[in-house]
Amino acid sequence: MTFRARHLLGIEPLHPTEITELLDTAQRYAELNRHGRAPRDVLAGLTQINMFFENSTRTQASFEIAGKRLGADVMNMAMQASSLKKGETLIDTALTLNAMRPDLLVVRHPNSGAVDLLAQKVNCAVLNAGDGRHEHPTQALLDALTIRRAKGRLHRLSIAICGDIAHSRVARSNIMLLGKMENRIRLIAPPTLMPSGVAEFGVEVFDDMEEGLKDVDVVMMLRLQKERMDGGFIPSEREYFHRYGLDAAKLAHAKPDAIVMHPGPMNRGVEIDGTIADDINRSVIQEQVEMGVAVRMAAMDLLARNMRAARDQTGVMA
Amino acid sequence: MSTLFTNARLIDPERGETRGALLVEAGRIKAVIESGDLPQAAEVIDCRGHCLAPGIVDLGVKVSEPGERHKESFASAGRAAAAGGVTTIVTRPDTLPAIDTPETLEFVVRRAREDSPVRVLPMAALTKGREGREMTEIGFLKDAGAVAFTDCDRVVTDTKVFSRALTYARSLGALVMAHVQEPGLSNGAVVTSGKFASLRGLPGVSPMAERMALDRDIALLEMTRARYHADQITTARALPALERAKNNGLDITAGVSVHHLTLNEFDVADYRSFFKLKPPLRAEEDRVAVGEALASGLIDILCSMHTPQDEESKRLPFEEAASGAVGLETLLPASMRLVHGGVIDLPGLFRALSLNPSKRLGLETGRLAKGAPADLVWFDPDAPFVLDRATLRSKSRNTPFDGARLEGRVLGTWVAGRSVTETR
Repeated sequence: MTFRARHLLGIEPLHPTEITELLDTAQRYAELNRHGRAPRDVLAGLTQINMFFENSTRTQASFEIAGKRLGADVMNMAMQASSLKKGETLIDTALTLNAMRPDLLVVRHPNSGAVDLLAQKVNCAVLNAGDGRHEHPTQALLDALTIRRAKGRLHRLSIAICGDIAHSRVARSNIMLLGKMENRIRLIAPPTLMPSGVAEFGVEVFDDMEEGLKDVDVVMMLRLQKERMDGGFIPSEREYFHRYGLDAAKLAHAKPDAIVMHPGPMNRGVEIDGTIADDINRSVIQEQVEMGVAVRMAAMDLLARNMRAARDQTGVMA
Repeated sequence: MSTLFTNARLIDPERGETRGALLVEAGRIKAVIESGDLPQAAEVIDCRGHCLAPGIVDLGVKVSEPGERHKESFASAGRAAAAGGVTTIVTRPDTLPAIDTPETLEFVVRRAREDSPVRVLPMAALTKGREGREMTEIGFLKDAGAVAFTDCDRVVTDTKVFSRALTYARSLGALVMAHVQEPGLSNGAVVTSGKFASLRGLPGVSPMAERMALDRDIALLEMTRARYHADQITTARALPALERAKNNGLDITAGVSVHHLTLNEFDVADYRSFFKLKPPLRAEEDRVAVGEALASGLIDILCSMHTPQDEESKRLPFEEAASGAVGLETLLPASMRLVHGGVIDLPGLFRALSLNPSKRLGLETGRLAKGAPADLVWFDPDAPFVLDRATLRSKSRNTPFDGARLEGRVLGTWVAGRSVTETR
């Protein structure tokens, strides 16, 4: 089963072989990137629009570089400042953009399901760059590629995901992806930051960091949003760091060769100790950023191929 | 003018099901004839062996007049009701503005009289502007025709305000209808918490929020002894509290919408906002438990919670989309799923649809008895069809049953002996 989808909206609908195809393609781009030999003609003549309804510097830059490296014409639209303020609905915005005939639409939106809704209304390929608490598929793919490169495989690993799982689309997409690839997933969080019904996800649940990290191969830390720090979900930043912040003592419970991951941006001293984040023997955080570009190149390449195939079939010139 | 309905399965919620004929004269049922000679009548309607039941009394219908007539008017709601076998709609006051003064109530009464082919009984707000601060003129509103008092989906959070309103309403014998949802816990939630909510990344509310609100209200009823109706009980956890309250002799009844009995949380699927309801759809175990409670009579009233929303308010990301579904035309066919599924029998169903709401509001309707008003629905309980929302008479077509296979078709509706069936 090869990746034939029109859009990349989430990990949930993907088959393991589709995930592998995406990762294999991304792996090739990672190597080409390192040698500065990315083919400039893959997306040549295609228009990529990055629509970010929510602030993001890193993800937007990553998509922009990925598109430009493959020769796409990339345009960024900061949507918070734009039409929504004038009362335009998401669907009208989508229809307006659609009329400009873009080929790739990269969308981030603060509401779960908003990118799915938008994808129903446009003719181009839509990439979900994060929707509410729902999914962030390219993040999960770049995490998977990073793990595969560090561990040599992407199955039968014990992987801990720690932190604000309840509000994290990164956690959701990772749980889906790593579960589909048959890994053992351990979720570690204070119960107030654990999603409801989590026991039905086929994961192990811990509220104690040391217990949860025992003998894991991968430690995936999540960002704790500032607005959740004060009293609402956890008592304070310092109590959180004491109980759930990743430091050397807690990491000692993981396997000696366990890698440490973080989707960024990090709150040093809140969810992760600075020295661990910078430890080149353990932390793969910089590699994650690098793989992010490769994964997004792969996703856009495959979607563009599918789109061209569909256009050829219907007789419309690409 | 007299009308004779022959060859019918007569569904009487009080006496059960019989075969026979029904004679209607001057807007009332003159005789129920189970055997013997049929009397002469000016008009004879052959029911062809299908069901004849007391017309549905739908408690809690939103007609969007005043304020949002583009969503639903008394004319369109009345036509939808007639098409669905609903002979009395009991309207909600959550309009723009809210129905909280005798003057606005008179507007509703007048508009309904002019435009609706079925009976319309208005409810009024319990507090001014439905803001939960000061009680409305319950006495004046009752005199002007308000049959119950409710702030609809807004919970009166200030218990002192609510207890006083209950006490005052009791002195007038007025019925208070409340939404049972602990407001703090449910704040911001759009689905029921659990696996589905987490899968879709949507903020969820624990089903416990319903029981907490019901527990509070029951305590206030022990204090005030008011007449009280919980608009929608949708979770298994709330049922024991309801049962205890009834056994303790409190004047309490409860309702449920047909959507909560025929759909569950997973029907939201890929963020389908037509399935966004208040309270949200529940887990399958809750759906089953509440269906059993309806069959046993613990839950008294089955309604549509008809809530028209236009496309613009629904075609939004799920969290931002408006809540509610239309239901006047689908109430009976959707309810028939419970009958075909063996959950409840036809007399039991019409107890919940017609008799119990009539009794609770002190109406004579809801029965197939001599002297009762001739509000009738004639329907084929087995006729299958696929619902196409484009055919709905409501101005808004936000039904979760679009494309659903349903069994049970209304063949005719009569209000006070007069046919309100649309021919088209």
